[in-house]
Amino acid sequence: MRQIRLSGTGGQGLILAGIILAEAALLDGRLAVQSQSYGPEARGGSSKSEVLIDTDPIHYPKITLPDTVLAMSQEACDKYTGDLPENGLLITDSLFVARLPDRPVKNVFSLPITRTAKEQLGKVLFANIVALGALVKITGCVSAESLKKAVLARVPKGTETLNEKAISLGAELAAAGG
Amino acid sequence: MFMEQLIEKYFRPGRLPHIWCPGCANGIITGALVKAIYRTGLDKDNIAVVSGIGCSSRASGYLDFNTVHSAHGRALPFATGIKLAAPQMTVIVITGDGDAAAIGGNHFIHAARRNIDLTVLLYNNNTYGMTGGQYSPLTPTNSKASTAPYGTVDRPFDLAALARGAGATFAARGSAFHAPMLVDLILSGIRHKGFSLVEAVASCPISYGRQNKLGDAPAMLKWQRDHAVPAAAYEKLNDEQKADKFPIGVLHQADAPEYTEEYAKIIARARKEGGH
Amino acid sequence: MSKTLLMQGNKAVAEGAVAAGAEFFGGYPITPSTEIAEELSALLPTIGGTFIQMEDEIAGIGVALGASLTGKKVMTATSGPGFSLKQELIGYAALAEIPIVIVNVQRVGPSTGQPTAPAQGDVMQARWGTHGDHPIIVLTPASVPECFRLTVRAYELSEKYRTPVILLMDEIIGHMREKVQLPAYDSIPKPERKKPLGPPEEYRAYSGAQTDLVPPMAAFGQGRRWHVTGLIHDEYGFPDGSGKATQELLDRLFAKINNHLDDIVETEEYRLDDADFALVAYGGTARAAYAAVDLARAEGVKAGLLRPITIWPLAEKQLKALGGQVKHIIVAEMNRGQYVLEVERTVAGRCPVTLYAKCNNEAIAPAELLAALQKAKQHTGGA
Repeated sequence: MRQIRLSGTGGQGLILAGIILAEAALLDGRLAVQSQSYGPEARGGSSKSEVLIDTDPIHYPKITLPDTVLAMSQEACDKYTGDLPENGLLITDSLFVARLPDRPVKNVFSLPITRTAKEQLGKVLFANIVALGALVKITGCVSAESLKKAVLARVPKGTETLNEKAISLGAELAAAGG
Repeated sequence: MFMEQLIEKYFRPGRLPHIWCPGCANGIITGALVKAIYRTGLDKDNIAVVSGIGCSSRASGYLDFNTVHSAHGRALPFATGIKLAAPQMTVIVITGDGDAAAIGGNHFIHAARRNIDLTVLLYNNNTYGMTGGQYSPLTPTNSKASTAPYGTVDRPFDLAALARGAGATFAARGSAFHAPMLVDLILSGIRHKGFSLVEAVASCPISYGRQNKLGDAPAMLKWQRDHAVPAAAYEKLNDEQKADKFPIGVLHQADAPEYTEEYAKIIARARKEGGH
Repeated sequence: MSKTLLMQGNKAVAEGAVAAGAEFFGGYPITPSTEIAEELSALLPTIGGTFIQMEDEIAGIGVALGASLTGKKVMTATSGPGFSLKQELIGYAALAEIPIVIVNVQRVGPSTGQPTAPAQGDVMQARWGTHGDHPIIVLTPASVPECFRLTVRAYELSEKYRTPVILLMDEIIGHMREKVQLPAYDSIPKPERKKPLGPPEEYRAYSGAQTDLVPPMAAFGQGRRWHVTGLIHDEYGFPDGSGKATQELLDRLFAKINNHLDDIVETEEYRLDDADFALVAYGGTARAAYAAVDLARAEGVKAGLLRPITIWPLAEKQLKALGGQVKHIIVAEMNRGQYVLEVERTVAGRCPVTLYAKCNNEAIAPAELLAALQKAKQHTGGA
């Protein structure tokens, strides 16, 4: 089972990113559960969205041991990486995360996610899709084709091209490494 | 039509006598209601009468319509549900001063705000009669009540003004003494499309009159005769003259979109724009 | 045509309501149930139904009860504090026998508590929250597909037995998203309340003469003029102050539910066949319990799960049988121990019953229940 945590600040679109990832898993013919933290946290504070992906039925809907954490803010990196095992994967947005966890994590990708969204696509709000592009490229947790389909099914009409671009920019960032 | 025939037509067989005390004006007001309904010519099957809790709210059980004796203060939510789900029905709410203005006060102002096509007939006897004469939001200041042995401090609502301020498009006041006029006011309220309030000044000689030494039932009706002033004449009085008088008649009437008609447009739009 | 989707639990409730033929929603916004209102505000008008946001929680259920009297299937939805406010009219619905589905997506309480965190502290409120003595049906979904299925089921029971039915959810299930396969809605039989026959003047809205004790219910505006009251009433609905009327009416209200427990009470068993140790868990907590059973089995503990789906009325038959089968029952719930009291009472010493309780904003995790099962095994002496 894949256990993926997308974390950052309320307003970065991480809940939507979690939904898209779960929908892509369904398109791949697998099962997925998405949940999130709500409340004061979801309005400007830290926010997290969790996605579980498996071929077998998923009983417990929350993460018990993450294999991947995306941290799009320093606070999220401080708060939501504590249970990431040493062989886990950490992806951070280098614009916001300067300080990595002070314990060993083997695979760390510090990527200019938000900067890329802003500079290449003109809007920071594409950052969540850039992040998904990178995360899927690195983990292969869903197929690239399903990710594209799931993104296009969720984004506003007229933004399809930019969102497709966001996915490939994310994948390029990942390929270039952290 | 004579009252006997109206009783036969609009009251349920075997449900009378009513529970109201001798001298209570609720019978006069309920009589005025059925006279007004008779004049509308509406089919009984198409009328719902919804009441709350209290002396006046017992009227729903006597009347041969689709009737609800709901919970204390909650007649308006029930009535709103009936009207929204069956907009072709005429929905009349029977309530009292405590039921509508205290425990149901929030529902009252919001039903008025929506301007939903309900007619509220409010029996105002200035007290909680059924529980033995406690003070209500329509008890005049300095009145005695079983919970105000030294007299009330509270200032009463002017319900017609409250309804108007909240958005009602029809507000009237009548009295049991001026029964024929009350019939006209109820009829106008039913015919008015939108939220209508008809406050009927009642009298409760047992639970309110006795504590305040207002005399017997005829004396209390005579008080209504002597203190009610037609709305137009009332406006011409100075403050001193107004002090112990109250206006009767249509106090407010306006046109505004009616809720169920507006919601029907939402349904039409939602259906056109396609479901899910 | 059926469709497969990733869907949130609360949305699945809204879809279930539409699939069951609900045409009316009245409510008031409250976390974590608000998505149900939001979804239905969009869905209902597309099928000619009505959504209204009322001035308060009490009005939310009141308006729905009014609509139900016109023959519509209705819903209101809320969370703990709003559920408390609705209790007055839940009693009205029980006594006046007005069908309605009431959803409570539980959060941490009492009071405002933790509005966005999961808990299961309203189990007893769902049973006994309103005043007076009354029967009630309460269903508890443990997955998004079950949110859909049990909403439809809630309407079936509510219409069939002329009674309020509570769909008692929790934040975990209400807010999580998972795969759901929705059938074509026209393939779902629409629950219908029993219609009166015979001449209108002979209509008795509260006559128990029918064998199943549930009187037919006429819709307002369709020719049978009847009286609805919250007072104890006779067969026609008119107030009756006699002790005989009180006894007869309350007896019938209880009997119409209690005589049909096999129809009403639904439970699910998971790996229970040869189990020595049983978890009893419902709603969101059951999700951890399935996982814990699998973990325990992998470690040689013969564990199983009994999941009450109908949590009220109590699954007495199933719990008694379970008590006779296993060596130990652990009741897991996100409160300080509510359902466990009923399980203990019902099992009545057939085996030990203990509580695993947690209420700290977090779901009970599988590892916690695994540890509880292991401990139970040690105490039993390594069977």
